[in-house]
Amino acid sequence: MTEVTNRSILVVGGGIAGLSAAVEAAETGCQVYIVEKEPYLGGRVARMNKYFPKLCPPNCGLEINFRRIKNNPLVRFFTMAEVTKIEGEPGNFNVTVKINPRYVNEKCTACGKCEEAATTTIPNPFNYGINTVKAIYLPNDFAFPMRYVLDPSILGTEEAEKIKASCPYGAIELDMQPKEFDLNVSAIIWATGWKPYDASKILYYGYESNPDVITNVEMERYASPEGPTNGKIIQPSSGEPVKKVAFVQCAGSRDENHLPYCSGVCCLASLKQATYVLDQDEEARVYIYYIDIRALGRYEDFYKKVMENERVTLIKGKPGEIRRVDSGKTMVQAENQLNGEITKEEFDLVVLATGMVPSTAAEKIPFDLSYDENGFLIEADGNLGVIPAGCVKRPVDVATTVQDATAAALKALQLTVRR
Amino acid sequence: MEKKMGLYICKGCGIGDALDVDALCNIGTDEFNIPICKTHDKLCGEEGVNLIKADIEGEGVNSIVIAACSPRVMYDVFDFGSDKVLERVNLREQVVWCHPPQDEDTQMLAEDQLRMGITKAQEMEPPDPFIAEDMSKRILVVGGGLTGLTAAKEAAKAGYEVVLVEKEKELGGYLKRIYKLPPATPPYEEPKDVGLEDLIGEVKSNDLIKVYTGATVESIEGAPCMFDVTIKHNGNGTTERVGAIVVATGSVPYNPENLEHLGYGKFDDVVTLQQVEEMFLNGEVKRPSNGQPVQSVAFILCAGSRDENHLPYCSSACCVEALKQAKYFKEQNPDCSVYIFYKDIRANGVYELFYKQVQRDKVFFVRGDVTGVDDDGSGKLILTAEDVLTGSPIMSESVDLVVLATGMVPTTALGEPYKVPTAEEGEEIEVPPDTILVSNILNLKYRQGPEIPALKYGFPDSHFICFPYESRRTGIYPAGSVRAPMDYARAIDDATGAALKAIQCVELTSQGKAVHPRAGDMSYPEFFMQRCTQCKRCTEECPFGAINEDEKANPLPNPTRCRRCGVCMGACPERIISFKNYSVGMIGNMIKAINVPDEYEEKPRILVLACENDAYPALDMAGLRRLEYNPWVRIIPLRCLGSMNIIWIADALSKGIDGILLLGCRHGDDYQCHFIKGSELANIRMTKIKETLDRLVLESERVRVEEVSITDYNRLPQILNDFAEKLEELGPNPYKGF
Repeated sequence: MTEVTNRSILVVGGGIAGLSAAVEAAETGCQVYIVEKEPYLGGRVARMNKYFPKLCPPNCGLEINFRRIKNNPLVRFFTMAEVTKIEGEPGNFNVTVKINPRYVNEKCTACGKCEEAATTTIPNPFNYGINTVKAIYLPNDFAFPMRYVLDPSILGTEEAEKIKASCPYGAIELDMQPKEFDLNVSAIIWATGWKPYDASKILYYGYESNPDVITNVEMERYASPEGPTNGKIIQPSSGEPVKKVAFVQCAGSRDENHLPYCSGVCCLASLKQATYVLDQDEEARVYIYYIDIRALGRYEDFYKKVMENERVTLIKGKPGEIRRVDSGKTMVQAENQLNGEITKEEFDLVVLATGMVPSTAAEKIPFDLSYDENGFLIEADGNLGVIPAGCVKRPVDVATTVQDATAAALKALQLTVRR
Repeated sequence: MEKKMGLYICKGCGIGDALDVDALCNIGTDEFNIPICKTHDKLCGEEGVNLIKADIEGEGVNSIVIAACSPRVMYDVFDFGSDKVLERVNLREQVVWCHPPQDEDTQMLAEDQLRMGITKAQEMEPPDPFIAEDMSKRILVVGGGLTGLTAAKEAAKAGYEVVLVEKEKELGGYLKRIYKLPPATPPYEEPKDVGLEDLIGEVKSNDLIKVYTGATVESIEGAPCMFDVTIKHNGNGTTERVGAIVVATGSVPYNPENLEHLGYGKFDDVVTLQQVEEMFLNGEVKRPSNGQPVQSVAFILCAGSRDENHLPYCSSACCVEALKQAKYFKEQNPDCSVYIFYKDIRANGVYELFYKQVQRDKVFFVRGDVTGVDDDGSGKLILTAEDVLTGSPIMSESVDLVVLATGMVPTTALGEPYKVPTAEEGEEIEVPPDTILVSNILNLKYRQGPEIPALKYGFPDSHFICFPYESRRTGIYPAGSVRAPMDYARAIDDATGAALKAIQCVELTSQGKAVHPRAGDMSYPEFFMQRCTQCKRCTEECPFGAINEDEKANPLPNPTRCRRCGVCMGACPERIISFKNYSVGMIGNMIKAINVPDEYEEKPRILVLACENDAYPALDMAGLRRLEYNPWVRIIPLRCLGSMNIIWIADALSKGIDGILLLGCRHGDDYQCHFIKGSELANIRMTKIKETLDRLVLESERVRVEEVSITDYNRLPQILNDFAEKLEELGPNPYKGF
């Protein structure tokens, strides 16, 4: 017979991995805490326009997961929060959580009065800074929790006081301080996800100097109806809709100088983004520069479907140079590996399919754990009690992440029962 | 339940400025005789909530109507316990934020939304969960390979009893014939040992796991927490009661006999990946034709995969398996020449590092489509290939051995399509049935067929990216390579995840709660059998095969198989299927509560039935963005558009409502309906609405279905306004005032 001990689990990260792990565990009857560093749940997928291969909006599945949280009193979540200390052992961890000030408390109804009172703007973090938002803002349209957040840059100004005065509900607390508290849990699921590889490190692609070279995560924002251009894919330098777009696969991936591994999803992400371009303008053309097209399993169908469109051209080869030319377009030069010819094509927009870097590459967990040389957390059969889920473990797509998170939920559940 | 109603109207967030709140309050008092009707400047604040709590405690209020913001927000603040009836009237996002303030039409909209909300609260009862006797929390695992063993081991580790059924005499499945596995730990450069004995040992020694080998599942009757599984072993039948099922029957290699063009069956030295594993496992790495050592070998990737004539899909694991075997040959004999013919090398993730290692081992990679394998005249084999781009021919060196990397065929695909008991002559089958292949795995005693519905290529996978375990049979979770083509590492995770889903199913079900996507819902459909006409629509249309049938075609509901979508309720022409808190009568009365002005007032009315998962949040978002749209709309959220009963359309039209707009999810190949077929079924039903309209002598344009996804909020005003314009063109519904 099993003896129930402390049946609680901490999930660090509120993206698709963390959310899935949390609700899956809570629906077995465990108490679950989610700690998320952003002011909203949903993580990286909340900023995606569509999922491949169904081309459906991520918000749809997020809405279901948010509802599972709303309906389940066993899930508690903390946004703008981080784990600062972990002590103890599997079955009995003491975790210190720090909540950074949002400067807006739970009295906020998202009525929007404060936003009207604000004048200062800041780069919109949700849109990777492509456009701006007011210094007090709702993190995104589907923000969960539906609550404003104030940017600390305006603290101490007259404007901040004006904003505070504009709130009819006393929700703005300009003197809010960081808070720390402890949680006692049996298991910890680490699901802090990934970051896009820094494209400016690939010097010969000119990401930093050429506005018409963007990354695949930025492309998602351009294509999103909620994005900086309300869903129009434009050439950033001119603001004109794009006619010819290049996708550069393995931008910094499968490359000893950058990321030696393959991120597993960028091929499909580019095929998906190709459909954004093709659907926007029936004359638009897409070129994809690639090494291998890695469309595993039934994703092969999606690959075939996209390739049926005559406006898509595949070029096997890694571009050696990308630069702006006098016509205002951007030239991509590559050696076609199939025939050895050097190709030069000019584009309105070049999208770098940058890979995934595990968040644990830069931010280590405050506990004695092992990582591989690329920063992925090594799974040690759950016996350390800190269970990796999703892209901190290996680069994977959304469906695999959810599968993995569900598995992590069981590993955690096992630590909440003692035999 | 004896109801004591309380109506609470919030004036915050612009509601009080835009609307005549006292007039709203009077509707509660005068039209509905609600004893307690109160307003507050900020109902979600502490004071507001305490006001409601005081009435619950002091006045015995047990049915609460809150007219304030969307039910999607402040859900935690307005939670008064599941024994209370609670209805939220969305005056903020869907009234004052998307319509002009202090406007007659805005006020009328608010009043109707309130009338509908109060009516709903009057009709709702708190749900009474379904809990049966002898509910089991045991888990059945079908298949004793890597996935099944892992699922059993992991479920037992969490304290759950497991029954494991394996058809072969020994556990281990496909893994028994595998020499080594691809690397799973850094530096990801060397194949690793299988470790099957340890895994089998762990399973066999665990008291919580009961293992049947040489056994098959003869039949499964019942429903989650009440599955009675008849297991045939040693010629005997045993019955085990279980709560949930993990299907881990794996896959079989694609039949190489179909690959004659690649020399299989023609040359002894053309073998498959499986044969190579066995060679190394047995330590007999020789040319089958003459027993000589293998000095050179060529692998043909995608042999029968990514090929319309064979398996159109990619089997995900074969590239890495071939890399691993290339390494076997190199390790055994560093001078062995190894060639790999490929289309793409799909070494995803960290397998890329393994691929790099194999490249360093001087394996030759050749990109091309192999078109033929022939004898070179000296007893060796030669491959001809076509360059993928240029079409120019490529000829290989002569090799001793050719290895075909064949793909995976799920065991669920190995069966003929189940023939649904045909409808009687003249009776049309309205709903395209799911494909069920009689693969002899589960032998379910389900009305819709004996196995889990198969999706494309026979995989019983989920169609949902966000919810990969959702099969179309409640409490039955496929895992491993039966679910989707996958490698060993992923199968282990998949098994663990499926075990969690099975545990979750038994925990929720045993408390009378629904599983995904309405997890925790305690309502379930009840059938008023006296009025049933045995039309079979409910049994045919349930997307989850929840309802069985007796020999007289009476429906036999299985509440624990039910996902609570209400598709059966929408299907029933006799309206005998109801939930405690969701029924045909309830929605019908909400529609009747709408105040329809006569035609001289020139105020048309549009009923909007919106899917609560996607269209309803999208309407909220339109409000959040302050997008304005036509104020004639009256919005009712539905659990799923598939729960839409055609009678509502007739009710609305005969009441004088000018048009009805259904907002549901995308259907078809890439459907987004969380209940699989709900929006499709609603569409099928709408094609039949013409009859009703003809009978009423009304134009068919008065009813429209629109596909709306959750992010379509920018499009919604256009959709609503266009429909309103169309209705103006058609003129008022002549039934007004009747």
